[in-house]
Amino acid sequence: MFSEIAQYFRTEALPHIWCPGCGIGTVTAAFVRAIKNLQLDQNKVVVVSGIGCSSRMTGYLDFNTLHTTHGRALAFATGLKLARPELDVFVVMGDGDSSAIGGNHLIHAARRNIDITALVINNSIYGMTGGQCSPLTPHDKRATTSPYGNLDRPFDLLDLARAAGATYGARATAYHNQLLTKLLVNAYNNPGFSIVEAISQCPVSYGRRNKFKTPADMVLWQKEHAVTRGELGGEDFLIGDIFKAQAPEFVAGYGKLRERLRGGSADG
Amino acid sequence: MQGNEACAEGALMAGARFFAGYPITPSSEIAELMAEKLPLAGGSFIQMEDEIASMAAVIGASLAGVKALTATSGPGFSLKQENLGYAAATEIPCVVVNVMRGGPSTGLPTSPAQADVMQARWGTHGDHPVIVLSPYSVQECFELAVKSFNFAEEFRVPVILLMDEVIGHLRERVELPDAVEVVDRKKPVVPPDKYYPYENDASMVPAMANFGDGYRHHVTGLIHDITGLPSGKPAVTEKLLGRLNHKLDRYLDRITLYEEVAVEDAELVVFAYGCTARSALEAVNAARGSGLKVGLFRPKTIWPFPVEQLEKLSGKTFLVPEMNCGQLVGEVERVVGRRQVHRLNRFDGELITPDEILLKIQEVMSGVQ
Repeated sequence: MFSEIAQYFRTEALPHIWCPGCGIGTVTAAFVRAIKNLQLDQNKVVVVSGIGCSSRMTGYLDFNTLHTTHGRALAFATGLKLARPELDVFVVMGDGDSSAIGGNHLIHAARRNIDITALVINNSIYGMTGGQCSPLTPHDKRATTSPYGNLDRPFDLLDLARAAGATYGARATAYHNQLLTKLLVNAYNNPGFSIVEAISQCPVSYGRRNKFKTPADMVLWQKEHAVTRGELGGEDFLIGDIFKAQAPEFVAGYGKLRERLRGGSADG
Repeated sequence: MQGNEACAEGALMAGARFFAGYPITPSSEIAELMAEKLPLAGGSFIQMEDEIASMAAVIGASLAGVKALTATSGPGFSLKQENLGYAAATEIPCVVVNVMRGGPSTGLPTSPAQADVMQARWGTHGDHPVIVLSPYSVQECFELAVKSFNFAEEFRVPVILLMDEVIGHLRERVELPDAVEVVDRKKPVVPPDKYYPYENDASMVPAMANFGDGYRHHVTGLIHDITGLPSGKPAVTEKLLGRLNHKLDRYLDRITLYEEVAVEDAELVVFAYGCTARSALEAVNAARGSGLKVGLFRPKTIWPFPVEQLEKLSGKTFLVPEMNCGQLVGEVERVVGRRQVHRLNRFDGELITPDEILLKIQEVMSGVQ
């Protein structure tokens, strides 16, 4: 029910811009429920986003919200978090935003293991600009810039984040939205860089070019291809906690450095 | 003390407690000093993955309430432009030091130039406000670094401290004061439910709430109304861009910093800034010594351009020496008339010497008389 989470929305900013059948609204609700479940202080929550359909989420949320430039959300968030560590910093990005133009910032946020929770809404396409392929568009799928099928291979974003040093990675879908909320809670509770990939549907720019007749077909596809363990078939993908690790966190480390230097120790 | 060091000292004294940067010659000393000093001062330093990210982190830190800067040179300055525009549009105070070197592209990494003067004004897309200051000595690196932060905070604009390789690496005696005048951004005085982050008042500069202070609001690079939320309405767009691009107008007297030397009776005024102004000053003194009526106009604030100040000198002949193919000279021509202006340009990575300027003065004056 929307009324349960209405306090976290700027209802005056609604209705939203997303197309009928889009999964971003479902993911937004799952995200807000995680913040509600965590009972975070609304005044201390910062949500940073980049550019694209999913990044428009920040305008509708009643937190400290920062809608930045394309791909740069994590870099803005890094400055915010380091300058004011007591803030709870979330970053919302799309697949093109996080993995193409923002790919460098993603791997370096992961490398620093900075205490930020990143939510990547992966709808396999650049939706806002009309359906161009992204680094997460599956091989062979059609987009306006891959009219004969995508020749590229997609990233596995969580593999990438893990290799770069992130300490928590998880995946759910718009269909598995209760799981998504749980995973976002886990992600927040990890004291380091956490990334949650939410696979979502874009019926208008992706589905209709790739043999999905209705948005419901796309949601059913999510249900059928998401697996929690075992062998992965052709289009299958894992959902749930994907990896957890421990590593020093950047902002805490900087705080310790500051204390050591200012404590007047001899080697300072 | 070196110019880059003086700049760092000025930033710290002005209250800067955050630096994000990326290594680049000839500005790296500023980052190195900040890496050493900021944690000692209770601040933060971070070396980001690139120049774009550095600019983004600076804006993020400033929005969290911490005065922040970055330092770079030409190629990095090109990359900063994206988020410089964001800072201008969202009115988040920040300071960017650009220690200019020769361009275009990788150009001349360790040689001086004054090649980014127009980029400092117009480098990012769209109409936007910006303040650009240009020091000519190590002492002035310190003073204008302080001014940069004060202007950024008071007017909520990005301020560019446009140094050059000569000034950045020059060593001179500097007198650092014990304290300086420090200006902080205006905070909201209304309760959060009455706060409109982009509400205009007579000052043209809205009060700024920092993230985390209880004034939850939205910040976007989209055209936005007074609530901060996006709007594409023509009336909202006109209002926002009108205010942004005119908000400095009423403060020009305070923002426009300059020095005049012997201009009153001068027939020829040399217009020079940055390291070139050092040679120009020497040439002007030598010319005066030989009886020529020559003066110097030295803008410390090069953007907004000192239009009124130059208008007062119109009728005189001008000589504009610059270490580029001719950039700010176009603005001088615009104000005093093209026929009144002579150029002296050098773009080989070498300084313009006092002798070169003096020779040009003599050449121009022989034509004037």
